[in-house]
Amino acid sequence: MLETKDILETINMIDNEHLDVRTVTMGISLLDCIDSDINKACDKVYDKICRYAEDLVKTANDISSEYGIPIINKRISVTPIANIAAACQNSGVVKFAHTLDKAAETLGVDFIGGYSALVQKGFAAGDFALIESIPQALAETKKVCSSVNIGSTKAGINMDAVKMMGQAIKSAAELTADNNCLGAAKLVVFCNAPEDNPFMAGAFHGVGEADCVINVGVSGPGVVRAALTKCDGYDLSQVADEIKRTAFKITRMGQLVAQQASKRLCVPFGIVDLSLAPTPAVGDSVAYILEEMGLEVCGCHGTTAALALLNDAVKKGGVMASSHVGGLSGAFIPVSEDAGMIHAAEVGALDITKLEAMTAVCSVGLDMIIIPGDTTPEVISAIIADEAAIGMVNSKTTAVRLIPAIGKGVGDTLDFGGLLGYGPVMPVRSGSPAKFINRRGRIPAPMQSLKN
Amino acid sequence: MKAVVTVLGKDTVGILAKVSTFCAERNMNVVEVTQSVLQDMFAMVMLVELDRANVPSFEKLNADFDEFGTSIGTKIHIMHEDIFNSMHKI
Repeated sequence: MLETKDILETINMIDNEHLDVRTVTMGISLLDCIDSDINKACDKVYDKICRYAEDLVKTANDISSEYGIPIINKRISVTPIANIAAACQNSGVVKFAHTLDKAAETLGVDFIGGYSALVQKGFAAGDFALIESIPQALAETKKVCSSVNIGSTKAGINMDAVKMMGQAIKSAAELTADNNCLGAAKLVVFCNAPEDNPFMAGAFHGVGEADCVINVGVSGPGVVRAALTKCDGYDLSQVADEIKRTAFKITRMGQLVAQQASKRLCVPFGIVDLSLAPTPAVGDSVAYILEEMGLEVCGCHGTTAALALLNDAVKKGGVMASSHVGGLSGAFIPVSEDAGMIHAAEVGALDITKLEAMTAVCSVGLDMIIIPGDTTPEVISAIIADEAAIGMVNSKTTAVRLIPAIGKGVGDTLDFGGLLGYGPVMPVRSGSPAKFINRRGRIPAPMQSLKN
Repeated sequence: MKAVVTVLGKDTVGILAKVSTFCAERNMNVVEVTQSVLQDMFAMVMLVELDRANVPSFEKLNADFDEFGTSIGTKIHIMHEDIFNSMHKI
């Protein structure tokens, strides 16, 4: 028989500590939809997505009801559209974005990711046109998310793409200026992008993946924080052990949901992404976990060390709980989506340079950071290059999701609502990197790439 | 399948009887019951068998339990037993 205290602990985690499964994401390969006629290709894309994901939302809702676990988002990721669009002779790649959006609308999923290009080493057919179309695609669609991989440990950093992405982020914000610059919030620039990530905005279905898979992303910063409130007087080894124990439980729940979804949809199980993904709800914050460890405010000296401990313990606890772990797996530090980060940024304890240091030890990168609207594309490119360099040298995923707040400056705030949250406009560093960025070319892969 | 029903709330006379009646009306077999009262807070855990239960769907049962729990001043959850097995057993 189950222990009463275990049952009550689980119920308390769900009712009071915001435990949930953040997303059940179906990855769908579109490689068999390639056609030289863009209209035919889009028809095939729409039909395949709607056929494969027909029961995704209903199945996730059924599992949520039976197991009593909230499943917040149902999402779809697809093969990078640049690969599919490469064969199309007629122009207008943005038609794919409209097709994806229509499919997402029909199916009732929350987001669809994969309006993407992988250009870490150079541009292939289709990549250039896709990247140029991103701002328009994000402005004209609701549910489509876009990502571009501009570097990797193996390939180095494609600085031509870095330059393009600075402009793309700025344009995406400008085209959606009347809607809180939301376009930029749906666009991620990666270094070492994982091909099985279920989290948005960076989800896409890698070309090495199976035809269709189910990936699940868990959440649970509130649960970890609650566990740490009972750890007063523990040393940091004991704190790490407590985080591991909690991460294990959270991930087991994700594994159960993934297995059930996989079984009911007759689709292979891909991975569980054991990330601590915060929400703007009070109590569901990664920053509060760091503060619970003993920091007065997130962003003070010691934050990077505390985050390193957290990120590592989450992985160690989660890895045994799931048969396949993947995606981004670790602690996320988005600013606008995390009540503690928002507070730290508002009081000036957290700035972009401290966040950059933190990204060297967290699972992703500079995420959901609102910057002044007059920031130049070259500065945005330089921020991307800095972040990509950290990822490239440390053989880890890094990402940049910046939102230039058009018409606003330091002291203003931007409010997206929902899971994307709100936040203050944060200052960027002064001094122009324009000459460096305009050199273009490729930053060579580091010594770490020569592992063979 | 088996599900775990938890009843949490202020202790009053007859909670166990009311919840058992609710289950019996739907042909849900109660396999195990444990309950504890801490100060005046009542916590009851029931393991119920749903295979022969007379309910249209789990979702409906969930909603009915929710409404019933509120009517007797408690919070009632019903969840598949596997969620607890997977979280707390290796």
